[in-house]
Amino acid sequence: MRGRAEAAAITAGALLAALALFALFLRANGLDPLAVYAVLWLGGFGTPFSLQATLTQAAPLMLTALCTAIPARAGMLVIGGEGALVAGGVFAVLAGVAAAGLPAALGTFAICAAGAAAGAAWIAMAGALKHFRGVNETISTLLLNYIAVALLNHLVSGPMRDPAVSLKATSWSIPQASMVGTLPDIGVHWGLAFGVIACLIAFALLKYTVFGFSVGVLGGNPRAAQLVGLPIGRLTLLACGLGGAAAGLAGAVEIVAVHGAASSSLAVGFGYSGILVAFLARQNPLAIVFFAVLVGGISASGGLMQRRFDMPDAATQVLQGIIFLCVLASNALYGRIKLFRERGVAG
Amino acid sequence: MNPGELGWWGVAIAVLGGAIRISTPYLFVSLAETLTEKSGRVNLGLEGTLLMGAMSGYGVSYLTGSPWLGVAAAAGAGAAFGLLHAALCNLPRVNDVAVGIALFIFGTGLAFFLGKPFVQPQAPRLPVFALGGFIDMPAIRAALEVSPLFFAGIAVAFAMRWAFVNTRWGLIVRAVGDNAEAARTAGYPVNLTRTMATATGGLFAGVAGAFLSLSYPGTWAEGLSSGQGLMAVTLVIFARWNPLNCFWVSLFFGGASALGPALQTVGVTTYYYLIGAAPYALTLALLIASSSRRHRLIGAPGELSINR
Repeated sequence: MRGRAEAAAITAGALLAALALFALFLRANGLDPLAVYAVLWLGGFGTPFSLQATLTQAAPLMLTALCTAIPARAGMLVIGGEGALVAGGVFAVLAGVAAAGLPAALGTFAICAAGAAAGAAWIAMAGALKHFRGVNETISTLLLNYIAVALLNHLVSGPMRDPAVSLKATSWSIPQASMVGTLPDIGVHWGLAFGVIACLIAFALLKYTVFGFSVGVLGGNPRAAQLVGLPIGRLTLLACGLGGAAAGLAGAVEIVAVHGAASSSLAVGFGYSGILVAFLARQNPLAIVFFAVLVGGISASGGLMQRRFDMPDAATQVLQGIIFLCVLASNALYGRIKLFRERGVAG
Repeated sequence: MNPGELGWWGVAIAVLGGAIRISTPYLFVSLAETLTEKSGRVNLGLEGTLLMGAMSGYGVSYLTGSPWLGVAAAAGAGAAFGLLHAALCNLPRVNDVAVGIALFIFGTGLAFFLGKPFVQPQAPRLPVFALGGFIDMPAIRAALEVSPLFFAGIAVAFAMRWAFVNTRWGLIVRAVGDNAEAARTAGYPVNLTRTMATATGGLFAGVAGAFLSLSYPGTWAEGLSSGQGLMAVTLVIFARWNPLNCFWVSLFFGGASALGPALQTVGVTTYYYLIGAAPYALTLALLIASSSRRHRLIGAPGELSINR
């Protein structure tokens, strides 16, 4: 309980510090910080319309954040969400085209399953390389991001290209009937539900199952995990596979709910923002839901801020970067605040 | 340069020209990462540093009219980013790889934010040495227009290699990077050494950015860098943490980057994107082949978090 309060307080403090630093940055650039923050609130959360845009952004972020958070529990730093999302999107299109004859609901299921499976395989590959060859997972997933994007560009401009679309290299489209609509009442596509459910499942899996406990042991102390005979290889591959499946599902959702076909619009940085969300949430899947909405809101407000203040749309990225840096720096504070120390434990 | 008229010879010339021209930023970022990693830390944020260098170099060159002042500004901006990385990593329980990712996001955003006014105007560019001035063929002449920064990079590579082997400073950096506890016991300041190494590395990465904006391609735009900074970590593995190898690896990656566009000009367009990704696939293959569960990569500093 104390630990959770400590994490909440320190993260909130880091966010406030980031907002203060960004305010200084705005002031230095001749902008009024309070006015900018008012517009940020308006553009991200203030109106039903902006909240819709925010939640639409947050949906893929929840899923790509899991791609970093689940392997992180096993002690790995995976940054391959972007590649897994792209792989998921490509295979979602393939499945959608192959399943054209099936009933629409079954087709949608096949598309999402194919996307998740492709993402799972993509990141599990990095897990296997780590386990069997000792290849560092951060570097292999970074390289796999580049390879995935190159494969995407190759496929949509050649083998999978739909010649009817001339404006931008785009793949074949999935059947219109397989596309999913929006959630009732809130007007956000179904990806949001997928994201929230995936986070809930991941939370339960990590907290209440033997698998989750074993992964925690492996992440906390690999030597101890080895000594008590945990199946390290299987745990590593599973943790990577589950994370990859989430990011792959994000790719499938982009296909099935937004684009309907694969193109370079798949690789727009949801994978990289997902890393930020995972670190903000301290790799906790429940907290990911909250922080994905926060980061999604910052991204969604970029357009309005650009129009109101004529400032570059990179402003939201500057803010995200400052938040990331402050949250990382705040790690140094854990155990330093007297209020949160266990009584009787020397700190 | 138009290799189309020269056919396959044109491709070879373009790859050669690319090896010389496109390699310079690769060379500087790989040297930057080598120095940082030799001291025991990873800086995954060099892409942000590189873009900050490119932006500030271009901006200062435009405002002052002197491209060399631009290079100096880029170096300063890069060193500042290196210092920021080091200062954060000096705090307890702060992960250097994560800080790098954060600086990548921050630096990229900041460069595009502050650099917006410089997208339109044309800044004075760095001069080139026309080594092929006596040759008649324009394609070869263009390929042999070499930036002074290319030679500066080679000089830095040799100097760094020499310093690692022969100087007290080099020895301290290597000791801190191989075994921080032992270095601390021997009385060497671990955090200070790493701070200096990371800041100097940031300086080199800033210069790499200045090359992009002031020499080749020689402009400031959002798509300026094609991930050279992100590749630094893998270039260093390829180079086995040896500054001299950084040079050869950079030539190779520069040539490889030029291959796709050059093949396109002679009509081979089918595999354009795959050829572009070949260096990454090759690096991954090399990693798979040379890694082992039992020992770390040959030449890798012992304190490196990404190597355990």
